[in-house]
Amino acid sequence: MTLAEAIFLTVITASTPLLLAAIGELVVERAGVLNLGVEGMMIMGAATGVAVAIVTGSSLAGVLAAIAAGMAMAAIFAVLTLGLAANQVASGLSLTIFGLGLSGVVGAPFVGIQREGIGKIPVPFLSEIPVVGPILFRQDPFVYLALALVVGVSWFLWRTRAGLVLRACGENPVSAHALGYPVLRIRLYAVLFGGACAGIAGSYLSLVLTPFWTSGMTAGRGWIALAIVVFASWLPWRALIGAYLFGGLIILQLHAQSAGVRVPSQFLAALPYLITIVALTAIMALRRSGGSVAPQGLGRPFVPDR
Amino acid sequence: MPLVLEKRPAAGAAALILSPLLAVALTLASSIVVFWFLGQDPWRALSVYFLLPVSDFWGIQEVAVKATPLVLIAVGLALCFRSNNWNIGAEGQFLIGAICGGGVAVWTHGWGGPWVLPLMLVAGMAGGAAYAMIPAVLKTRLRVNEILVSLMLVYVAEFLLDWLVRGPWRDPFGFNMPQTVTFAPEATLPVLFDGGRMNLGTVITLVVVAVAAVVMARTVKGFEIKLVGDAPRAARFAGFDDKRLTIAVFAISGALAGLAGVMEAAGTVRQLLPGFSPGYGFTAIIVAFLGRLNPIGCLIAGVFIAITFIGGENAQIILRIPRDMTMVFQGMLLFYVLACDTLILYRVRRVAPARRVPT
Repeated sequence: MTLAEAIFLTVITASTPLLLAAIGELVVERAGVLNLGVEGMMIMGAATGVAVAIVTGSSLAGVLAAIAAGMAMAAIFAVLTLGLAANQVASGLSLTIFGLGLSGVVGAPFVGIQREGIGKIPVPFLSEIPVVGPILFRQDPFVYLALALVVGVSWFLWRTRAGLVLRACGENPVSAHALGYPVLRIRLYAVLFGGACAGIAGSYLSLVLTPFWTSGMTAGRGWIALAIVVFASWLPWRALIGAYLFGGLIILQLHAQSAGVRVPSQFLAALPYLITIVALTAIMALRRSGGSVAPQGLGRPFVPDR
Repeated sequence: MPLVLEKRPAAGAAALILSPLLAVALTLASSIVVFWFLGQDPWRALSVYFLLPVSDFWGIQEVAVKATPLVLIAVGLALCFRSNNWNIGAEGQFLIGAICGGGVAVWTHGWGGPWVLPLMLVAGMAGGAAYAMIPAVLKTRLRVNEILVSLMLVYVAEFLLDWLVRGPWRDPFGFNMPQTVTFAPEATLPVLFDGGRMNLGTVITLVVVAVAAVVMARTVKGFEIKLVGDAPRAARFAGFDDKRLTIAVFAISGALAGLAGVMEAAGTVRQLLPGFSPGYGFTAIIVAFLGRLNPIGCLIAGVFIAITFIGGENAQIILRIPRDMTMVFQGMLLFYVLACDTLILYRVRRVAPARRVPT
């Protein structure tokens, strides 16, 4: 394997958790709900995933548990913001704080237990293609899943009736309600989907990327996923590009550190966060003439009138 | 759906006070369940968390030391949140305040005079305010999401502090430890009681709370802040400039977080080191909400949260409960506060199931 191939491979593994979480949050925000608790759901996925995988000895059980944990966290958020029409920003923040704390408690007995990560699955024939083959077709199942989700979500949102209704709930919940659609229930499904995606993203961190548990191991990736959704203008394909750009940046920073670039390592480590700010600013500056493309009802609680 | 939310005609005054109390009660009830799950005696655990910290004068001083930064930051955040400006990066502004003020202490070490401390406090406030200007200006000029920008800047501030104390500001005689020199006496806040840790910062914080309470309740500026948050359209018709207000509240909350940072450095820790803040900037968000975005409320809530902070440390030592448990309680508390708030604005009512409209 050449160095370039190796770099591409690591970029893909660094991007995948970002992409998984971002695509979930994208659907949530398209339904008009702003869930700032991605970081909390993600780290609960990471903690539960590795805990269950160690106890049962099965990675698959771990992933399923991570999905369940992400959805359970999302359900708390749904009760607050959909059921009780609470402030979404505050609810999301408390979800993150709660998740960071609870994951530490859940993961505490498993600190330092290393296990074998989930292996890569080469796609027959395709993985034999020189250069492209090993990069694209010799990956772990999560990478395929993330790509499938991009295609699936994009198809769902723009090619199906249900997707149209979901977007309607995000753009104008009052009209959607007037047309007889159960806005809150649709938003609930979207929020749960987002929780499941964040849970998978978390399990990727603790089962594949660094196959053991450390407290706070998401290290702000959930927040970067939120930034990617804005960066992507709420479009799945652009989320794919955004996630790979950010993943590339993280890897670039690591390589620059190991290559002994004469810059303090802290500056390189801060780079992804700084670039996030620059990217958000650039995207807004470019978009200034066209107005905002965010779903019109984003972040506003909806209480059906009767 | 058999249950629906119905807007109350007017929020009851009693409910305003009742809701946070109810939230605290629910949190206590839930924590009993959690302790029971962890195999602890719930009553013993509760007393370690909530009673032990305030059982003697030394403990009360410790609570004041922890509550000081929380309250100070929360008062600033309350102004922000009240006017619908989501400054989530108080942690970063806190660290930058500590860095700017601590920088003065490091720079003047060995030749400073009585002017050092005031200069540090001013530098800390200016640094925090300037750091908060980044999300504020980007929001008002380009409508960039202030939540994400202010949050990303927290990580940047952490790395900056890490670099400074490992690099240029490292104590030359500190056995290579990543920390600055211990501040000279003229660069530290005087303690209030001999042998205690409670310092002048607590008094300054109480003054800030009093001023903020008067501003919010009795001045046009306070009214403007509330109006822009509650009814932005009406505020615009009334001629209030919401962009200028955004800049102003970010500056104030940044300055207060910065002040909290420099006072933590000059009063409590007396040097700079990585991991200098136990997440005060984030916890203050909970304090602000628990205090109903009201300065006096923030004071009460800050003291309560400070007790759980110390209780969490006690529980780690005495009961071997992971310290992350404190965050679980804090998150839970915020959930309950938000849920109880709905009960103020709305009434839950049972209705007959609605007929399904054919789609």
